[in-house]
Amino acid sequence: MARLTEANELVAREIIGRYPRPKSALIPLLHLAQEQDGWVTDDAMEHIAELVGVTAAEVLGTCSFYEMFKREPVGTYLVNICTNISCQLLGAEELLHHAEATLGVKAGGTTRDGLITLEDVECIAACTEAPCLQVNYRYRYKVAPEDFDRLVDDLRSGALVDEVPPHGTLHRTRQRIPTDRAAGAASPVGGREPAWIASRPAPAKDTP
Amino acid sequence: MPEATNATDTLTITVDGKEIEARPGELLIDAAERVGIYIPRFCYHPRMRPVGMCRMCLVEIDTGRGAALQPACMAPVAPGMNVTTDSRPVVKAQDGVLEFLLVNHPLDCPVCDKGGECPLQDQTMAYGPGESRMIEEKRHFEKPIPISDLVTLDRERCILCDRCTRFAKEVAGDPLIHFLDRGGQTQVNTFPDHPFASYFSGNTVQICPVGALTATPYRFRARPWDLQQTESTCTSCSVGCRVVVDSSRNRMLRMNGVDIDPVNWSWLCDKGRFDFQAFESDDRLHGPLVRRGSELVPVRWSEALNEAASAIREGLDRSGPAGVAVLGGARLTNEAAYAWAKLTKGVIGTDHVDCQLGDGLPAEVVLGLPRATIDQACARGGTVVLLAPDLKEELPVLYLRLRHAVLEDAATVIELAPAATTSTELAAASLRHRPGEQVTVVRALLDGGPAPQGADEDGFRRAAEALRRGPVTVVIGRSSVAEGAGAVVDAAAALLAGLDEVRFLPALRRGNVHGALDMGLAPGVLPGRTALADGRDWFAGEWGAVPVEPGLDATGILRAAADGRIDTLVLLGADPIADFPDHVLAERALAGARTVIALDTFLTASSSQADVVLAAAGYGEVDGTTTNLEGRVSTLGRIVTPPGTARSDWHLAGDLARRLGADLGLESVEATWAEIERVAPSHAGVTWELLTSPEASDGVVVPLPSRLSATEVDVEGNALGGSDVSVVGGAGVPAADVQHGQAAAAAVASVAAEGGPQGEAGKAESHAHESAAAAHEDSTDVSAEERGHDDAGGVEGQDDVPVAEPPPGDRPSLLRFAPPAAEPSVPPVDRYSLRLFTTRKLYDRGTLNQQARALRGLAGRSTARVNPIELARLGVEPGGALKISSARGSLVTATLADPDVPRGAIVLGWNLDGPDPGDLIDAEAPVTDVRVETTS
Ligand code: SF4
Ligand code: SF4
Ligand code: FES
Ligand code: FES
Repeated sequence: MARLTEANELVAREIIGRYPRPKSALIPLLHLAQEQDGWVTDDAMEHIAELVGVTAAEVLGTCSFYEMFKREPVGTYLVNICTNISCQLLGAEELLHHAEATLGVKAGGTTRDGLITLEDVECIAACTEAPCLQVNYRYRYKVAPEDFDRLVDDLRSGALVDEVPPHGTLHRTRQRIPTDRAAGAASPVGGREPAWIASRPAPAKDTP
Repeated sequence: MPEATNATDTLTITVDGKEIEARPGELLIDAAERVGIYIPRFCYHPRMRPVGMCRMCLVEIDTGRGAALQPACMAPVAPGMNVTTDSRPVVKAQDGVLEFLLVNHPLDCPVCDKGGECPLQDQTMAYGPGESRMIEEKRHFEKPIPISDLVTLDRERCILCDRCTRFAKEVAGDPLIHFLDRGGQTQVNTFPDHPFASYFSGNTVQICPVGALTATPYRFRARPWDLQQTESTCTSCSVGCRVVVDSSRNRMLRMNGVDIDPVNWSWLCDKGRFDFQAFESDDRLHGPLVRRGSELVPVRWSEALNEAASAIREGLDRSGPAGVAVLGGARLTNEAAYAWAKLTKGVIGTDHVDCQLGDGLPAEVVLGLPRATIDQACARGGTVVLLAPDLKEELPVLYLRLRHAVLEDAATVIELAPAATTSTELAAASLRHRPGEQVTVVRALLDGGPAPQGADEDGFRRAAEALRRGPVTVVIGRSSVAEGAGAVVDAAAALLAGLDEVRFLPALRRGNVHGALDMGLAPGVLPGRTALADGRDWFAGEWGAVPVEPGLDATGILRAAADGRIDTLVLLGADPIADFPDHVLAERALAGARTVIALDTFLTASSSQADVVLAAAGYGEVDGTTTNLEGRVSTLGRIVTPPGTARSDWHLAGDLARRLGADLGLESVEATWAEIERVAPSHAGVTWELLTSPEASDGVVVPLPSRLSATEVDVEGNALGGSDVSVVGGAGVPAADVQHGQAAAAAVASVAAEGGPQGEAGKAESHAHESAAAAHEDSTDVSAEERGHDDAGGVEGQDDVPVAEPPPGDRPSLLRFAPPAAEPSVPPVDRYSLRLFTTRKLYDRGTLNQQARALRGLAGRSTARVNPIELARLGVEPGGALKISSARGSLVTATLADPDVPRGAIVLGWNLDGPDPGDLIDAEAPVTDVRVETTS
């Protein structure tokens, strides 16, 4: 599958430049890969490994630690229904069953048109608005089964394209950090490496 | 691994009511273990950083604020610490930790290779709850999956201790295995299709505290309680890692590393760990063979030996001693090497002997340069110059030690190499030169002038600084067989002359090549690091006779044989057709010698051309000792019997001598060693008792420091040979550096003065020790010696051990390095040629690699690498096929563009599958220049 595109490789290099150590850019780069393909492909992980100078196994170690990095394709819209205690008390399980029935997939599955992946999640910290869900991490509160149906209709009709970007895109505007404000190859404080880096010395050639 | 400070001050802590002394900075788990209080552990490993992963080592620690459970592997000792390792809370914690570890553990001990030697099993029995409350389903993974060609992983058994993953990253620098996923699903694994292809992967099997990691060659071969353990030394390369060989019913089954401080720290490379398999190959020679017509046919030993002896005798009759030549010997034990040196030089009387095959360095260079130990090379803050082949490929565990020195002990590595190697990323500066021109860079560095044109200026500056800082160790070897040894010898001479404090660690690769050199299996030398000229009288007294003139080296021998001037050529485990750089010459030589006698374990390209083949015993089949690149002599274990009627090389020397009418007088390994100790100057004092004493479990570096201080230093004011006396410089320091030589002499003189007259050598010696110890605090070779002193009536205190006594006056002095008189001039490369450089890989077409089942498939293919600018100039597409031709021959190979190769050079792999650079090399030329063209 896909490595980072040429344009994204440039973005990747810019991101790497913001950190004292290239490896620190791993997570932003995984986001970049997920934004590009909607999920994180093996090829992208290998590419990232090359860019930051670690092994692919190390990239996978980081990537697989985080539930939100998907290593299998997911739908354009990832719908997470909270089934934790507050939501559960207010009907989350019924909502989930309704969603499974109407979408025709079990939690964890993707609709045949590839549009929606359904997941159940633990508390997403909106207990006061239970039961709640997220579409590509955008909240919907106090969701009744009818609300869910309307949401699915809107996603299908394209009514929400402006509000909810496809899975993998966190923000439509990319963060820009001017070079002079980036940490760059050295720590900003006094030009000396912070203790947490200095305690694991880099190979001699990094610190002539 | 946090460094425990070397300071002598200690602090006192209380463990289980006992007051114990601990070193500041030391971890509690270590301090307690030293006084015999073992705290159970899984994740902690003394050679890696602690991570506190498993919590098995929880103990109650009270530092004045009440007792609290803390992991002993993460707690550095502190004054007044009060520790309890057996209180109720501790026992309860241990119970709990084990119960949790077993929540997902499959407990398939009956079918697990680890059962019987498993820390999880043992500690569950010793500290566990005895019962599980777990009734739920355990987690499941596909049962063992291969994570490399040599290692399989059973993730169900894994207790996530982080040992293997830490080893891969911290120690080996190959983080190809990693924790994946999270929480209850956490597993160790590789990236899909990126196997754990590390040269050190076997170590993870050795340190896994459960049966999760197993080595394919050993899986389901044995149960631990059926294994017999024998300590020995790996002889697959000259690092000489200490090992324990596990065997059962006369078969070697497994090899594990033994942790000795001065060498391998318990690590092994995979080649060393698994290539013992070769010795049980069906292709082993089981008995002697003799040529009848075009066939080699099995015969009885008496027939083969008679035939060999009469060939030698006839040769002697026909053309005198100079008509006999002996090649090889680096596979032999020290004792066998000595027996063969005595046979060839003392009985037959020829000096045409060479244990190297034109791919090493001249004996007088290796033996004469002040020698470093690995510990000295890796000393904190030291500078290491690599004028050597790719260490990870040829001396893998030395690479691990060096890597540790750079990352943890602030050592500075300066690499001089035509192309990047695996050491390049460790180097503070990696300076490129065209093959054969290293001395130019060395001179420029020493002169302190500006960087030569086109050089990496920053790197050059850093390198020059590091050289000035010292102390400097130069790792010296033959990186490329396509250039003569002269280039690197010149560079070494320049460094020796230009630096105040410099030692050399020879990076010759063959197993016991250093032992063979010490035993005199090289032209112009006699046993004990003695020049033929200096030792002639002494050895004539001991042996009856020695050759008069220095003989030929391997190249000379093969040239003479090719020209029909060698009547009998003896191959002591040597395979010149495969290993000599110049294949054409090797083949002609074997055809040109009237009789070829081979002692070998296999029929190789060369031994299959022999007229008499004497089946030799191999690794693990003979007693004796071996010597590593530091000059460390250590014992070899005899574990199994040789196949068929194969005999030890040492026996065969005696058998042949007897048929030539001589008696070598070497009745046993011990007796042979006793003779070596008596006659070989560098080995004086290293008695069999010392070698086999518990004090010498790390081996003994020769010559003993006393040998230097008692003779060479006092007489000459210079320390010679290698060892731990810190004053170096006189040997081989040219006239220009007289001043420094004098300073050294003065320093030693003062030591000697304090120590009193020479008669009290014991005292003088201990002063020498002190000065040595001050300079190299952590040198264990000194401590091996010192331990001898400390123990009441220690080895050296005994009257019959001639250490404290200066050896008899007529014992020859040790060889010293003399810079070559004239430098061989390296012709400039013409515009149309590229200069050839060869590199080696750990896994190649070598016999052991090919005969060991586990390693057979791992050898790679050779491809040519050329600078892209050069390719463009020659109009060659990268990836395309190139025809490479020299005056010798030509070959066709695929080509890669590699910007790391300097312009004007071409790099080819040696002894790999595919095109063979041995077809291009003329061993008698200083460099090999080739023309390249595209093949249509
Ligand atoms: S495989 Fe073995 S060494 Fe590696 S983490 Fe698991 S238990 Fe530890
Ligand atoms: S480094 Fe050399 S001595 Fe050590 S295990 Fe490997 S081959 Fe054997
Ligand atoms: S329980 Fe659903 S958001 Fe907290
Ligand atoms: S040994 Fe201390 S936590 Fe594992």
